[in-house]
Amino acid sequence: MTQNIEIAMRMEGITKRFPGVLANDRISLDCRKGEVLGLLGENGAGKTTLMNILYGLHQPDSGKIFIEGKEVKIESPAKAIELGIGMVHQHFKLVDTLTALENVILGIPSEHPMVLDLAPARKRFLSLCEEYDLYVDPTVETWRLSVGKQQWLEILKALYRDARLLVLDEPTAVLTPSEGEQLFKAIRKLTKEGRSVIFISHKFGEVLEITDRITVIRDGHVVGTVPTKEATYPELARMMVGRPVSMDRKPRPSATKIDPVLVMENVQANNDRGLPALKNINLTVKAGEIVGVAGVDGNGQLELAECIVGLRKRTGGSIRIQGHDVDRVMADPSFVGYIPADRQKVGLFLTLTVAENLVVKDYAKPPFTRRGVLRYQAIRQHANRLIKEYNIRTPSSEVQVVHLSGGNQQKVVVAREMSAQPPLVIASQATRGLDLGAVESVHNFLLKERNRGAAVLFISTELQEVMSLSDRIIVMFRGEIMGEMDGEAADINVIGQMMLGQVTEVVA
Amino acid sequence: MSPDIIIDWLQASLRWGAPLILVAIGEVYSERSGVINMGIEGIMLFGALAGIAISFFTGNVLLATIGTMILGALFGLAVAFLTVSRKTNQVVTGLMVNLMALGGTNLLFALLSESRHVRVERYPLLFPESFSNIPILGPVLFRQPVSTWVALILPFIAAYILYRTDWGLNVRAVGENPQAAATAGLPVIKLKYQAVILSGLFAALGGCVLTLAEVGYFASGGMTAGRGFVVLAAVVVGGWDPLKTALVCLVFGAADAAQLRMQTAGSVIPYQFLQMLPYLITVIALAGVVGRSRPPKTWGAPYDPADI
Ligand SMILES: Nc1ncnc2c1ncn2[C@@H]1O[C@H](COP(=O)(O)OP(=O)(O)OP(=O)(O)O)[C@@H](O)[C@H]1O
Ligand SMILES: [Mg+2]
Repeated sequence: MTQNIEIAMRMEGITKRFPGVLANDRISLDCRKGEVLGLLGENGAGKTTLMNILYGLHQPDSGKIFIEGKEVKIESPAKAIELGIGMVHQHFKLVDTLTALENVILGIPSEHPMVLDLAPARKRFLSLCEEYDLYVDPTVETWRLSVGKQQWLEILKALYRDARLLVLDEPTAVLTPSEGEQLFKAIRKLTKEGRSVIFISHKFGEVLEITDRITVIRDGHVVGTVPTKEATYPELARMMVGRPVSMDRKPRPSATKIDPVLVMENVQANNDRGLPALKNINLTVKAGEIVGVAGVDGNGQLELAECIVGLRKRTGGSIRIQGHDVDRVMADPSFVGYIPADRQKVGLFLTLTVAENLVVKDYAKPPFTRRGVLRYQAIRQHANRLIKEYNIRTPSSEVQVVHLSGGNQQKVVVAREMSAQPPLVIASQATRGLDLGAVESVHNFLLKERNRGAAVLFISTELQEVMSLSDRIIVMFRGEIMGEMDGEAADINVIGQMMLGQVTEVVA
Repeated sequence: MSPDIIIDWLQASLRWGAPLILVAIGEVYSERSGVINMGIEGIMLFGALAGIAISFFTGNVLLATIGTMILGALFGLAVAFLTVSRKTNQVVTGLMVNLMALGGTNLLFALLSESRHVRVERYPLLFPESFSNIPILGPVLFRQPVSTWVALILPFIAAYILYRTDWGLNVRAVGENPQAAATAGLPVIKLKYQAVILSGLFAALGGCVLTLAEVGYFASGGMTAGRGFVVLAAVVVGGWDPLKTALVCLVFGAADAAQLRMQTAGSVIPYQFLQMLPYLITVIALAGVVGRSRPPKTWGAPYDPADI
């Protein structure tokens, strides 16, 4: 051939079967030198599995992998690293108790194994930070880092090993918009250096902005590859989901009930580092309305949600749910449906099955238990109903949740929390990591809860969905509510300014 | 109480603490890698017998020590194979090793009847006799066998290795988050094997020190008397840190020494109660500290490389 396009990596006919699922079905794709290849596909389509194969974490049942033209067998991550492949996982792979720098050098044999000499490593690390404009304090223990910083750390970890092909599995799901911009700058720099990036995301805007070509995967096989220049949103959506999808504001009946369900008065709380995170929050959410909380991640949204569900101690103020003090009602899980921002740490028991996870709030009640003995038949029936209703992709209700794809793990949480029909729903980043179709259905479920008469607090860093879903919008900045407006009439520019802390005169 | 008794007690505390420290060092590594080697009590017992037997037949304590450590490493290898590769339950595996050791040492000891209750060559003192005449320090520190000094210095080396070498970092990472360690390219299984083998090696050494430095003979019927279990507690109380754990071992050693002294001094308290003392302290220390010390995150959990 007379092409001068150099192929960095090619996969040919990769097939991977898990018990009950064909995760990858003869997938072939390639990634060129210096390009960003987008990988699009529904939750459970097999994107992560494919990349795990490339990184040596899974062995394919059949298929070949070529790196720079040579066929390779990648039997372990160590081999992948040696071949110049780096991967930032959907769920980070950092050792919480180690420092940032220790995480970076982990697994790299040092020159003198008997002395862990961190000085040269620190120098190299800091120069990488500067070069790609992704700063992380090397001495801080990683559990103290924000998710955004952990993301930087994962990228720096790969760059430290001089990755020439970098896989980013949903990197922007946890980033703030400005962090996203920073990431894109770094990606552009990487490709300019001749490195290649595989970019997985459910956010179309980003994929269209950053990639050169896009490969779409559905149900484990490749639907097609298109150059980004020729791709359009509706066409991609159709390729991915198989039907048109709309993200516009949904029509809704006007609220009929007006009883306040959640009343917060002068609530104050600290964050994990002991600094004030909520300053005098006054907020009321009424039955039959969705209150959207907009704001850049880390401005108190997490603390707000945790205070309401009783996971965080207040330092002042009061919270009442249906007139009861929150500390008292928390013993009864049926009061609040909570979709936490971190599904793996807070939302799920990863090693329990889907059925068990779906019943953890109700297992002690009939029909799931009788005289202290769990009735698995009822639990399984309940699970199968929810799996169908919420379109959770799993081989069966008896699979451990850890084996589900990220998006489907999220659906398990959503299904459990909403199916109990609680009077109050706290949804925190409820659509994080969900594919287009699933986002739409979560929105529909939340809307259904609202129409049923539930009070819904919808916390999201995606301004678009806050605007399309909320009846009322509040904007949080540094632990304070900057302003409040009607969902119907909200102006994206005003919200954007409030998110950055600029107080705008609200014209009455 | 006369000063002599106190000096004597301090000296004995170090001697009784030493084997505990040695066993504990190995166990710290094993548990830091995520594997609880509950079999250290049994391996210690085997080590105690092996030390005596080899010393009896060869008359050489160095040979006895090295042989015992090799034997311990082999036990560690077996425990690693079961718990890491076969993913057996760590508690059950440990219990099995302990029961096997109790029966096994009794049987072997009966077979080795020649050496029964014969005092063998013991560890020499590290410092010349004349040092022992220095007041207080002399008897407490210098009238000590080599093994005590090894046990006093080893925790510092162990801490250095754990916190300041590649290998130490790798072991810590593996116990905290084996998936992350594997993704970083670390050979998780191999590291776990190494750590568990070390725990076997040190457990046997501890047992060997118990006989070759202290009593000089083997007594059938479980002469380690639960010291391995005390070490398991000490590691928890010491927060999986070599230095703190060693300190806790010294406290247990002191309690052990005290109870022995009180017994021989003819105290009015029944000796059964005195014998209980070190274990009572163990329980109290555990109750006081557990919950505040944070174990390695995958402590005691099996690791499956297929789980990502
Ligand atoms: N270790 C495993 N054991 C069993 N099944 C698995 C395992 N890993 C993945 N699967 C299954 O393989 C399929 C593909 O999952 P994968 O994680 O690759 O999806 P994905 O495209 O990354 O989805 P998402 O966008 O939700 O992250 C899913 O049905 C999932 O349940
Ligand atoms: Mg995925």
